[in-house]
Amino acid sequence: MKLLTLNFLTCALKPCKASPLSFPLHPRDAELEIVESELNLSFLRNILPRLAWEELRGVVRELGLPDLPEIMPEAEALGKASSGKKTNENAANENTITTTTDEDELSPKPEVQPEAEEPDLEPTQTALDLHRLLLETSLRAGSLVCGNCGHAYKVKEGVANFLLPGHLV
Amino acid sequence: MPDYLVRMVQVHESFRKAELQASADVNGVKVEFVKYHEDSPFCIVRLPSDAAARSVISRSILSHSICEIWGQGPTYDALHVSTKESSSSKWPQYAQAPFRFTLDSYRGSRTAEEQTAIVNSFSYLGLSGPARMKTPEASFRVFEDYGAVQSDGPRYLYLGRLIASSGRQAKTTYDLKKRHYISTTSMDAELALLTANIALAAPGKLFYDPFMGTGGFPLACAHFGAVVCGSDIDGRSIRGTGGSARRGQVGKKDVELNFKQYGLESRYLGGFVSDLTNTPLRLSTARGGYLDGIICDPPYGIREGLKVLGSRATLDDTERATHRDRYQEAGYIPPKRPYSFTALLDDILAFSVATLVENGRLSMWMPTANDADVELVIPTHPCLEIVSVCVQEFNKWSRRLLTYRRRAAAEVPLGALETGSRDYERGRADDLNAFRKRYFEGFKEFEEVELGAGRSGEVDDTKGISGRWRKK
Repeated sequence: MKLLTLNFLTCALKPCKASPLSFPLHPRDAELEIVESELNLSFLRNILPRLAWEELRGVVRELGLPDLPEIMPEAEALGKASSGKKTNENAANENTITTTTDEDELSPKPEVQPEAEEPDLEPTQTALDLHRLLLETSLRAGSLVCGNCGHAYKVKEGVANFLLPGHLV
Repeated sequence: MPDYLVRMVQVHESFRKAELQASADVNGVKVEFVKYHEDSPFCIVRLPSDAAARSVISRSILSHSICEIWGQGPTYDALHVSTKESSSSKWPQYAQAPFRFTLDSYRGSRTAEEQTAIVNSFSYLGLSGPARMKTPEASFRVFEDYGAVQSDGPRYLYLGRLIASSGRQAKTTYDLKKRHYISTTSMDAELALLTANIALAAPGKLFYDPFMGTGGFPLACAHFGAVVCGSDIDGRSIRGTGGSARRGQVGKKDVELNFKQYGLESRYLGGFVSDLTNTPLRLSTARGGYLDGIICDPPYGIREGLKVLGSRATLDDTERATHRDRYQEAGYIPPKRPYSFTALLDDILAFSVATLVENGRLSMWMPTANDADVELVIPTHPCLEIVSVCVQEFNKWSRRLLTYRRRAAAEVPLGALETGSRDYERGRADDLNAFRKRYFEGFKEFEEVELGAGRSGEVDDTKGISGRWRKK
């Protein structure tokens, strides 16, 4: 289950849905895996404004992954007009994650330059980092715990189980 | 805007127009239907440009190709006149190009000699480039439409220059026979692709299937470029148990494997085990929706049971305590109860309203009995607008693909949402799902059931006996 999914999941218990504590679910004993994939710029640009950024930062911190910037980057900061050379000049921009400080502990950065959807846009470092986090990092095992009721949903073989036991339905 | 000829296929007729319209919508192209008939595979549409025609047809599953119209008429003489009148300015452009010239006869056929004679009769076009059947630069085709009644010759003719072929080859690529992992209720590849197309699956979008099974619908959406996720109440279908619906197949197969088979794993977010009535997905209205599309084939309760979490009877204290004590054990299986199909459809609509972005689409399948005197009830919601209803007919029943568009908040009339919550009964599967009951009764006793509404005892007494033998 790719980490992006966690940004849409809350506790399955109906009474918890009303509580802000039920979102996001807190990963516990998480076993992460990186599966490299092609960068999908148009998807990132589309999904970014729909993310609950504060909650995503929280989950990232709990998983011990490199911190995300405080403010959600603009969709425009994901792609820049193709100039032929690789980017890091946006470092002055506070919305950009700089590679120097955030060393990914799990595996090296992808070396292949992914193909951008729009021919005139090239992914920035922000896009590459978000792609790595949301679409290449996945939860293989562990559990997801509701911050309101404390119920733990098990994750096995990358598939989370949200079925509620008889006494909770 | 020029007119184009779309050569459609003559199957799933009621889906064809909806599909073409959806292909145009997703590309932001305005399409006008000049000539369309359910009984004919030749459809004339008005599109802004060749590029637009190419983009529209590339997504289409229910057509073969799109052509620029060079001439048309009820007879060959009329076709030649019309060709000379309307397209002579285009001829010099193709004079030297390697070309192909073929004949497409619908409901009729021609011998090889006749075909050659027809092709030669167009020699005045001045195509002097080499004839090349493979990879020609220009491809021309004469379309003959013979009509349903046997007659001496075709009833209408077109001459077209091929603009582009359709995306129909995907039907073969995703053929269930060649898919590694399927189950008994996997949707036919052609219909799954159609559903994804009508729901406007496209690059950059996020799609979800709440009844994914072995992932046929998410796969179809991923084919069109969408990023997908799915869930199912039965975790075994997602994770794969090693068993298979295919005879003789062993080894672990799961949904992920299917995505890998087609090289689409980068578009698969993952699957999770959940029940729509107790969904773990975020339903907050304050944050707004996040799904671009939801497509599903909900369980009808016939081959796949229609169940949700919960127990048939309300649990007493001891039972609740047992569940509480034992639910963390490895072999614990949460109790499930039968559910009403009507309630499930309403739940899907409510869920879609809470999760779709504005203009996001919901496409779902719904079965109905083919009784002429029963008015079809299509579930509705004030926040959803019906876009299309397509029908696939079977003998005694049919299933419909209902497609809805999520209205923007401003479009929803004031006070429309203030309806009381509905109470659905609890009980056995047969009592909860009228369609399931009728299905197993063979759709035969409809009139008797209607007449006998007053003496309902008789009907209720028939559990376990098929309709055909019941009254004997």
